[in-house]
Amino acid sequence: MTISQALIKEYLKITGSSQVLTEDADRLAYSYDAAVLTPIAPALVVAPATAEQLGRVVKLTYDNDLPMTIRGSGTNLSGAVIPEPGDSVVILTNRLNKILEINQEDLYAVIEPGVITGLFAETVAKEGLFYPPDPGSLTVSTLGGNVALNAGGLRGLKYGVTKDYLMGLEFFDYKGDLVKTGSRTVKCVTGYNLGGLMISSEGTLGVFSKIILKLIPPPKASEAMMAIYDDVNKASETVAAIIANHILPCTLEFIDQKCLKLVSAHANVALPIEAAAILLIEVDGAHKAGVEEDANKNKEICGKIGAKSVIVAQNPEEKDKIWTARRNVLPSLARAKPTTVLEDATVPRSKIPAMVSEVSRIAAKLNLEIGLFGHAGDGNLHPTIMCDRRNLEEFKRVEAAVDEIFDVAIKLQGTLSGEHGVGQAKAKWMVKETNQATVEFSKNLRRAIDPKYLFNASKKVI
Amino acid sequence: MPDQERPRPASLKDLAEHLLSLDDLLVSCMRCGLCQAVCPVYGSTYLEADVTRGKIALLENLAHETIKDAKSVNQRLNRCLLCGSCQTNCPSGVKIMEIFIKARSFVAGYLGLGPIKRLIFRQILPRPRLFNLIIRLSGFGQKFFIKRVNQTVNAFKAPILNPFIGDRRFPSLPDQSFSARHGLIDSEVGSSNLKVALFLGCAPDKLFSGLSEATLKILRYHKVGVFASPDLVCCGLPVLASGDSQGFLRLTAHNLKELAKSSFDYLVTPCATCAANIKENWPRFMDRYLEEEKKAVAALSVKTLDVTEFLVSVLKVEFPPTTPAPKAKIVTYHDSCHLKKSLGVADQPRAIIRSLSDYMLVEMPEADRCCGHGGSFSLFHYDLSKDIGQRKRDNIVSVNPDLVVTGCPACLLQLMDTLSRNNDQIAVKHVVELYADSLPISR
Repeated sequence: MTISQALIKEYLKITGSSQVLTEDADRLAYSYDAAVLTPIAPALVVAPATAEQLGRVVKLTYDNDLPMTIRGSGTNLSGAVIPEPGDSVVILTNRLNKILEINQEDLYAVIEPGVITGLFAETVAKEGLFYPPDPGSLTVSTLGGNVALNAGGLRGLKYGVTKDYLMGLEFFDYKGDLVKTGSRTVKCVTGYNLGGLMISSEGTLGVFSKIILKLIPPPKASEAMMAIYDDVNKASETVAAIIANHILPCTLEFIDQKCLKLVSAHANVALPIEAAAILLIEVDGAHKAGVEEDANKNKEICGKIGAKSVIVAQNPEEKDKIWTARRNVLPSLARAKPTTVLEDATVPRSKIPAMVSEVSRIAAKLNLEIGLFGHAGDGNLHPTIMCDRRNLEEFKRVEAAVDEIFDVAIKLQGTLSGEHGVGQAKAKWMVKETNQATVEFSKNLRRAIDPKYLFNASKKVI
Repeated sequence: MPDQERPRPASLKDLAEHLLSLDDLLVSCMRCGLCQAVCPVYGSTYLEADVTRGKIALLENLAHETIKDAKSVNQRLNRCLLCGSCQTNCPSGVKIMEIFIKARSFVAGYLGLGPIKRLIFRQILPRPRLFNLIIRLSGFGQKFFIKRVNQTVNAFKAPILNPFIGDRRFPSLPDQSFSARHGLIDSEVGSSNLKVALFLGCAPDKLFSGLSEATLKILRYHKVGVFASPDLVCCGLPVLASGDSQGFLRLTAHNLKELAKSSFDYLVTPCATCAANIKENWPRFMDRYLEEEKKAVAALSVKTLDVTEFLVSVLKVEFPPTTPAPKAKIVTYHDSCHLKKSLGVADQPRAIIRSLSDYMLVEMPEADRCCGHGGSFSLFHYDLSKDIGQRKRDNIVSVNPDLVVTGCPACLLQLMDTLSRNNDQIAVKHVVELYADSLPISR
């Protein structure tokens, strides 16, 4: 580490004593995120406590030509907050965790970037409001991180993802100057839509200090059901048919046989393990009668397309049981083998059968165990490879499988990542999904906003 | 003893090899970070090295020699209450307690123990009569330097002790420990047809002797035969938490020998920590016991119970819910980590409270969030412990109770300290005391 003592003192002047970490043991704890990638330790970790401190830390870092990575809770799955090589700085936002305003009349909230998603959703729920985006890590993820990666979740089909709730932003540019965009109004067309640029920018353009999020009234009624299939194709035909019938379930999840077997073994949940796949469907809305009507229609469609059976939850306990199965998928896959590589290549809904058969072809070809589950309503499946990262030969096959899955997704007119982000893991694939001109355009944009290329340089586009 | 044949890690390379024996456990952490949601220490500091994921990463680095500074890893490893919240919440089912307990013993083995810990763990704890004598003398001496600071909580402070225990509020010592007063108790199997070994643990025996009396009263009331020996020693958890596995094995061997002097159906304790330790940690060191010890440890891990679980699940005492009396006191219940997360005991104490018409149970928010005591953690990281305790205190106060009840002596200490520090007029009791008070005076 070659960061000078004098510079460390400058950081200390901004944040106070305990919030600048330089010891090996502390730095190593920021060398990773939730992606299965090689850790890189930063030279320095700084934890500002206020927006003002945050701006000064960004400026100091930029002025000293140090690469920086902004980190919330470090739970993304694409290596978006693995530090840059060399003398890099990690700037933590998790102490900026105040909810500044919840506005009942105008249905929005103003928050600092370090607020935890789940705590925020709980807090607004207590006020009778609803913040729908629910990424799998919501109990620990920060909203700043959710905006930076445009986090999705189980409710995407009906309620959208983080970008659909972003009304406004304040962020620091490379000079440490505060930039403002958006507003507290439903409509706002002043200036460029910088929020649209910053969402899913993965820490490459600026550093958020304040976020305005839209809130909505919560649904008053909901119904959940489980549809069981002998044939994967029929499951995905059902997904298309439900939407063609103009029903928009809030959640429409797919679980394949491999996952069902693992869940049933690990979590001791009774599941139809002979089924080729199941769909878990929840419809919600403002009126009980309307929701019931949608649920009945849904059930009818499932049957007509060829579901072997459809189980409708009759009470909250049964509903909870249905979702217990879904909640236990990832834990069960994670316990099967030491390492869990969780992908999120996404295809148009109609291509799900093709994606399912391609993934099973790849698994067979490379002799790997791949479970398949996810958000069928969004075409956003999670092929999950169970392996042991210590087995280098096997891990080569894992990497080959991931590459092939990306290839297939692109061939099916899909995308590399529905919700996990590009990060460090998929940056090299950007050309393949788009083209060289797109990458050049993005890089030029980046150079204009970050002339020294110090904001999370190896992520997003390279 | 076989464990003495086992050499301590002598070099960093040697330490790395010891840690590599945990590699299969370490590798199952997928770095999802969900432990952040429940870790009390992380909830206070927001530092990654303070949360399980960070600690596991550091141990992996030490095991692969990508970090050389074992001392700084050890410091971070010890910033952990061993409350088990992360393990309960871990989606990958990582055996976190196994990792931390063993890693602490490897790292402490390499770094050495220090003279004070050595004195306490190796000289005082294994000698129950010496330990009782020290407590007795302290009990005599305390009136000269302790001062009551909160009537309702019944907590004291002693400025003279500040350099050693911080500005802490604590209960006063009884005149005599339970074991010194009663000596050996070995009563016949009663009409319940059951006999238990009563394992009190250090705090109930020497500090909260009223709790021990209450436990004995309940067992006698329900006609349970009791074996309680003044020669039982510390269950070994504080010793193990400091990484002294040899000291721990000595205490265990001593306790096993003592327990072999009587036959009993269950081992019962009012100390959640002792119960959790006997059930979970004693068997962790199977490869280091003598043959007959192995059998005894395996048997005890099955028949050790928290006293409330014994009452409800074994004795089948009925605790029907009652309507609280008009002047019933408001009680809120704090789930001890060892009781709920290790032993799965959460409904039984609540059932007991709900059966008592003098009390009305009102749940506090985050009732099962760790109070921040963690035994010796509180001694070595008092500021952190206080900060975690403050959140618990705020949750307790939010339901405006007359008293807070729990099932663990370490939690009792923490609750007394934090409530007293905030000048709250809220009494602190063990659930066993509430039940014992409701029973007619025996004999």
